[in-house]
Amino acid sequence: MDLRDTRDEAQFRGDLREWLAENRPGPTPVPTGDDETSPMDDLRNWSRRLHAAGYSGLTWPAEHGGGGKPYSYQAIFLEELARAEAPQHLGVIGLGMAGPTIIAHGTDVQKTSRLAHILSADEIWCQGFSEPEAGSDLSAVRTSARLEGTHFVVDGQKVWSSYAHIADWCLLITRSDPASERHAGLTCLIVNMRSPGIEVRPLRQITGEAEFNEIFFSGVEVPVENVLGEIGEGWRVAMTTLLHERGTLGFALTASLEVTMRRLIELARDRGATPVQRDAIAREWIELEALRYTAYRSLSALMKTRVPGPEGAILKLQWSEANQRVTKLALELLGSDAQLLDGNAPYGGYWQHLQLRSRGNTIEAGTSEILRNIVAERVLGLPRSR
Amino acid sequence: MDFSLTTEQEELRAQARAFLAGNLRPYWRDLADLGWTGVSVPEAEGGAGLGFLEEAVLFEELGRAHTPTPYRSTVAVVLPALPPDLQGEVARGEASWTLAAGPLVQDLDTATRIAYVGGDSIWELEGAEREILLTNDESRPLGVVTGGSAGRRLASSELLPLLRTRSLTALALEACGVGARALELAVDHANARTQFGKAIGSYQAVSHPLATTLVELELGRSLALFAAWCVAEQDDRAPVAAAAAKAHCADAAVAACERSIQIHGGIGFTWEHVLHRLYKRALGIQSWETSGERLRAEIADHLLGGGP
Repeated sequence: MDLRDTRDEAQFRGDLREWLAENRPGPTPVPTGDDETSPMDDLRNWSRRLHAAGYSGLTWPAEHGGGGKPYSYQAIFLEELARAEAPQHLGVIGLGMAGPTIIAHGTDVQKTSRLAHILSADEIWCQGFSEPEAGSDLSAVRTSARLEGTHFVVDGQKVWSSYAHIADWCLLITRSDPASERHAGLTCLIVNMRSPGIEVRPLRQITGEAEFNEIFFSGVEVPVENVLGEIGEGWRVAMTTLLHERGTLGFALTASLEVTMRRLIELARDRGATPVQRDAIAREWIELEALRYTAYRSLSALMKTRVPGPEGAILKLQWSEANQRVTKLALELLGSDAQLLDGNAPYGGYWQHLQLRSRGNTIEAGTSEILRNIVAERVLGLPRSR
Repeated sequence: MDFSLTTEQEELRAQARAFLAGNLRPYWRDLADLGWTGVSVPEAEGGAGLGFLEEAVLFEELGRAHTPTPYRSTVAVVLPALPPDLQGEVARGEASWTLAAGPLVQDLDTATRIAYVGGDSIWELEGAEREILLTNDESRPLGVVTGGSAGRRLASSELLPLLRTRSLTALALEACGVGARALELAVDHANARTQFGKAIGSYQAVSHPLATTLVELELGRSLALFAAWCVAEQDDRAPVAAAAAKAHCADAAVAACERSIQIHGGIGFTWEHVLHRLYKRALGIQSWETSGERLRAEIADHLLGGGP
């Protein structure tokens, strides 16, 4: 056990810090809800700079244009990015989910034609998993893919898809065998979002902004060579994606909560806190420390086994609930001022936005209830509940 | 960056678990023969010359087995205050120690020698009367000392903050062991016990509190191991890390036991079941040294500056 950086890790961290100090963009404005096209061009430029400096796809194999580095470098990158309060690469879905899934299951053509564009932020990805009737129970997907000669014809509806409004590609899970049920008969497709028959509608959310979208597919043609993995093996492919979602996001989440906690401490220093509030702040700080070191432990295990384990569920579960408590605590410290928005709001509405947004944290990427099922069944070995 | 135990440390854990399962009330000599009392004692004095992380593994296992032993008092608290020759006695199993730092003293029934703080020094207390009191946790009685006089000067009292950090860290590690055992018993019971035609662990009203328990204990284990690493490496963050670990882990262990008792149903409420012993050890850890509330107040001072 040694929590210090190795000499190479320390060198990497030092260089990155220097690079961030010179290159990081100004603070991201708090979204107001009026602008549905948030500053995407700035983000894309920033992502290209990250790529040019060699900071995108750090853990991807070098043969696919990645850094070929151990996971600890990704952890350092996310930590330093959060500490500098710099935004993430725009292509988080491509980098963290679609890309690793293509690397695991894709054909050579899929790898050579798509992966490089993910790294460079030239192509943005979204994910077409959830449906109105298939939320936590993903195996209930009904979006159909009908094989007609050299292509599939896709009909159906997906929902809660981040980045779909700007995405070039969609990692789509479909039911290719209409007679099938549950986990069988599913097929994963790589879908060009410019295809005729695709309509994207933004969903205005609790914060007023629109991060998520509905995607409607009517008679969308997808070439057979865009099947990811085997026909009928879509469930296995989708599980790879979700494992990576939870396995590698742990650090990004912890790092972002660290920034929030730092601001909460500033807020409490500015406005003062009662003894009960001080106790609550200390409690949340302890929980954040626990989350950070659990992420380190899980990273150490990941570096030995190479595959993210179900323990990732623990990090996501804990982070989401901690983020809700921390932001609520901030509103409490703000008192009645917490009601104010926009120009009148303290800190430009940072806390009001973050607190409302946090309500989604225990729903997106696996609800807390589903994550507790995963912990109960796959970590503790309790019988299935369904 | 590597936050995992070494193969040797995991082997020590396996050895400890096997030994403690068969030896509910081990003699101090047995622990010395296993090499546990001299883990961090220099090799020149007959110890193993290892460090606090190896001791950390043992604190956790001794908590799990809720073993009655002055190991924590001796090794976590008093050992760094002992001159080399007295450390050698501990390594050889000839002496065990406790620190009389307040009115109530832990392990007074089993520790052979007593240290106390007087003025700017830590001394051996000689010729004191010991009275053992009945306590909730039978595996760790408390007592009071009266009379006695200063014997050998052991160390400067400047060591006290270090001893406290080590003590809090060891308590946190013990709590991890207690909680993990209570959870294991609950999971076994939830898998084995059938009601309404199904294993009760298949009901989410049962399985979700157990999942929450695992999360709290794993988070606690991370805090406790980090604190132990800070102690081992003499890292400046050790005092705050130890306070955080003790505050979180004691609460997590108590909650783990309470949920385990609930999930066991009536049997978990009986004297014959082991759960009440684990629960009482957890409550003992929660109340000992400094309460979670006071530790959080210290942390708040550290984060926000002085009191409100």
